[in-house]
Amino acid sequence: MPFSANDFLQALAAGILVGGAYALMCIGLGIIFGAMRVINFAQGDFLMLGMYAAFYLTTGFGVLAFLGPYGGPIVAAFLAGPIVFAIGWVLHRFIVARVTGAGVAQIAGAGAYGQILVTLGISLILQNGGLIVFGSTPVGIRTPLSRQSWEIGDVLLNQARVVSFFFAVALAGGMYLFLSHTRLGKGLRAAADNPQAAIYMGIDVDRAHRIAWSIGVGITAVAGGLIATFQTFQPYVGFDFVIVMYAGVVLGGLGSNFGAFWGGLLIGVVQQMSTLILPYQLQNTAIFVVFLLIIFLRPQGMFGRLSERT
Amino acid sequence: MRTRAEAGRQRWAILGFAVAILVLSFVVLKSAYYQLVLTQVLLWAVLSLAWNLLSGYSGYFSFGHAVFWGLGAYTVALGMLYLDLTPWISVPFAALVGAVAGAIIGYPTFRLRGHYFALAMLAYPLATLYVFQWLGYQELALPMKREAPLLYMQFEDPRAYVVLALGLVVAALLISLKVENSRFGMALLAIKQNEPAAEAAGINTWRWKMLALMLSGAIASIAGGLYGVVLLVITPETVFGMLVSAQALILALFGGVGSLWGPVIGAMLLVPLAEGLNAELGDVLPGIQGVVYGIAIIMIILWAPEGVYWRVLDRFSRRAPAPNTPETAVAGIAVNVAPLPRAPAPLGGSLLVLRDVGISFGGLRALDGIDLAIPEGGLYGIIGPNGAGKTTLFNVINGFLAPDRGAINFSGEPITGLRPSQICRRGVGRTFQVVRAFPRMTVLENVIVGAFVGAPDDATARQMALAALDRVGLSAQSSAVAGGLTTRELRLMELARALVPHPRLMLLDETLAGLAHDDLDGILTVIRQLRADGITVVIIEHTMQAMVKLVDHFTVLDHGRLIASGKPDDVVRDPSVIEAYLGKKWVDRVAVSAK
Repeated sequence: MPFSANDFLQALAAGILVGGAYALMCIGLGIIFGAMRVINFAQGDFLMLGMYAAFYLTTGFGVLAFLGPYGGPIVAAFLAGPIVFAIGWVLHRFIVARVTGAGVAQIAGAGAYGQILVTLGISLILQNGGLIVFGSTPVGIRTPLSRQSWEIGDVLLNQARVVSFFFAVALAGGMYLFLSHTRLGKGLRAAADNPQAAIYMGIDVDRAHRIAWSIGVGITAVAGGLIATFQTFQPYVGFDFVIVMYAGVVLGGLGSNFGAFWGGLLIGVVQQMSTLILPYQLQNTAIFVVFLLIIFLRPQGMFGRLSERT
Repeated sequence: MRTRAEAGRQRWAILGFAVAILVLSFVVLKSAYYQLVLTQVLLWAVLSLAWNLLSGYSGYFSFGHAVFWGLGAYTVALGMLYLDLTPWISVPFAALVGAVAGAIIGYPTFRLRGHYFALAMLAYPLATLYVFQWLGYQELALPMKREAPLLYMQFEDPRAYVVLALGLVVAALLISLKVENSRFGMALLAIKQNEPAAEAAGINTWRWKMLALMLSGAIASIAGGLYGVVLLVITPETVFGMLVSAQALILALFGGVGSLWGPVIGAMLLVPLAEGLNAELGDVLPGIQGVVYGIAIIMIILWAPEGVYWRVLDRFSRRAPAPNTPETAVAGIAVNVAPLPRAPAPLGGSLLVLRDVGISFGGLRALDGIDLAIPEGGLYGIIGPNGAGKTTLFNVINGFLAPDRGAINFSGEPITGLRPSQICRRGVGRTFQVVRAFPRMTVLENVIVGAFVGAPDDATARQMALAALDRVGLSAQSSAVAGGLTTRELRLMELARALVPHPRLMLLDETLAGLAHDDLDGILTVIRQLRADGITVVIIEHTMQAMVKLVDHFTVLDHGRLIASGKPDDVVRDPSVIEAYLGKKWVDRVAVSAK
């Protein structure tokens, strides 16, 4: 074996720790796909917006000074959620809703590509607009935690990653409770199952979609804010994560929120473990390969169902 | 399919376009910079035409055409750096690279449809990008060959590049036109509109999709190779990046997806705009190009989802509705169906034999140990309640589903596990419970798709299709668009499409469902005529009354098992059948109607 047992444990631990944030952003994407059946290309760019929102909140608006170097970045990451939620709300209201939801549900098969293309357009605008607004220099949120580690045996655990892992898992748990136990969460799932039927039942599908979309991008933005505490980023960072997210969501099973969590976690592990046998630069290529393998071998994912019609 | 005259006009239009570009380059534009922009417009147009060839015609959207573009560019750059290979050789060679890449990508990826296909395609260029970064080809500069610039495609005069790129555009346009006007294009259009129907009509959808992707990859790679020569510096991000893939589809969608000129129009409008803004504002607003493309794509989807080309065409010519004049003089009605030009097959031996066929979906046994022998030359009815497995049985026979166990023989040869198109070629035609038409094609074109099986050339296919329409009495509607037909006409059209390759066995899936009483008689006449012509017909139905009068033999299916089989009168009197499906009341009605 080209690596030691300790390397293995180290990579596994790193994979699980980054996997927490990946799992959270996969849930965000999963909520959107689950409710709207829309493939959102721009999800990685909302993640990027979350990173920059957290960055500016921490460094520019004094959250760091106010709450100290430990609490500041975490609070900023959670505040990025509502900010991106609002941006998502506006984008859905004026652009996305015009190619999805009630208006389109009546026309069988129409708009499927329109939806993907609109999110592709949003992605291009956010990315390149981000380049204009934020500049191309990579930045990061530096906290004392980023440079410190806890030691368990010989395994080093980066403190920033550990903290972000726990907050990510906590929020993921909260989302799970929200979707399964609240009236609104259940309503979102109902509108997802059959928009046409939901319209006839008097459910405002467009509103349900808007909520799902905004929550989805907001959750992913929080994940971005958490990742920003241990990784540098630039406006094109969304690319690197869009496949991470899709791989996670597809691995878990498109449309299954529970699956998205485990899918995201597993992709984190795959990404970090791949560095044991592959050069560092190829860790995302490893994810692509896993992604393609899942799509070919088990497109319904680990927890999804495959509905077939003839 | 266009007529010959239209294709001729398009060729003149291509010539006119080429002349206009040459005039623009040699007379109007003065600065070298504008020549470079024009070259880029033309090269992006080629990429977009390549994308359109696959995605516009077949409906399989590729989000990863950058993989071909980038492979082309790197073929040229690496060839020049390491092998001292001139672009005059490596650019054409890039076409081969693109075609091979298309085959390698298509082989696994065409197992996917819709969103999954699009997502998988996205992964290829991005994965390749990281590989090229890792290989250390972060930034390749093509060496200047001052001693022999012409030999290495390094021209003083930028107009030379315009001419080369124009040559590629013209070639791509001519190839697209050729595809549009052949059964290749028809097959792709049929796949786009209803892939299972195309497959069941005998089109080997796999083969045409692969060909389209390989051709598309070859064209895109060649353009990418020339792009490398023009730009001189290649980085993985600029040739494999998302913006390249996005540009390929945005230009086509903006101009008009699935149209010959759409990609060219899109490139002519958007590339100079984005380039110009980039040149003017690139220092202050570094991502302006991407923003422009983003806005363009959102605007086009919201306001003109079909693209500029179709929008303008609609506005000015109001896309003339297809003239409703029948192509044959005989406006036959269903009763006067023309006889089949073929001797009736002898009655007797079994045409189709199923032995112990079973298939399960998860825990559900949809078909369980089916043994069935269907004799040649009869009308055979299969009934059963909803969920009994009737349509699944047809899907297994015509190859949509592979049975988990058991064997199916047609005409003495095993057909288990063959593709639907192969089974169709052997003489099994079918219709669908929910009519699977190609809604945006005319009735005649719908039937021509079925005629490609066995027709040596396209003209023969047309003649065969016209004959089949005549047989079902639909000649009068031959130039109507299928999307606007009534249920009866759609059923007849589907019958004609299945009939046109002269099948020996016809599988009719609830052909009579949802028809008014008057319409029913017309279709029953056609079906009886099929039997008279010697075609073996198997029909699934709910309309019992019509079935009892129509068929020679009844088989009853329930929960995936055959529970009764025999003469219609015997089967309907079978107590278990009556009890399970029909109810006593119905038997009384048959007794009355039989008197």
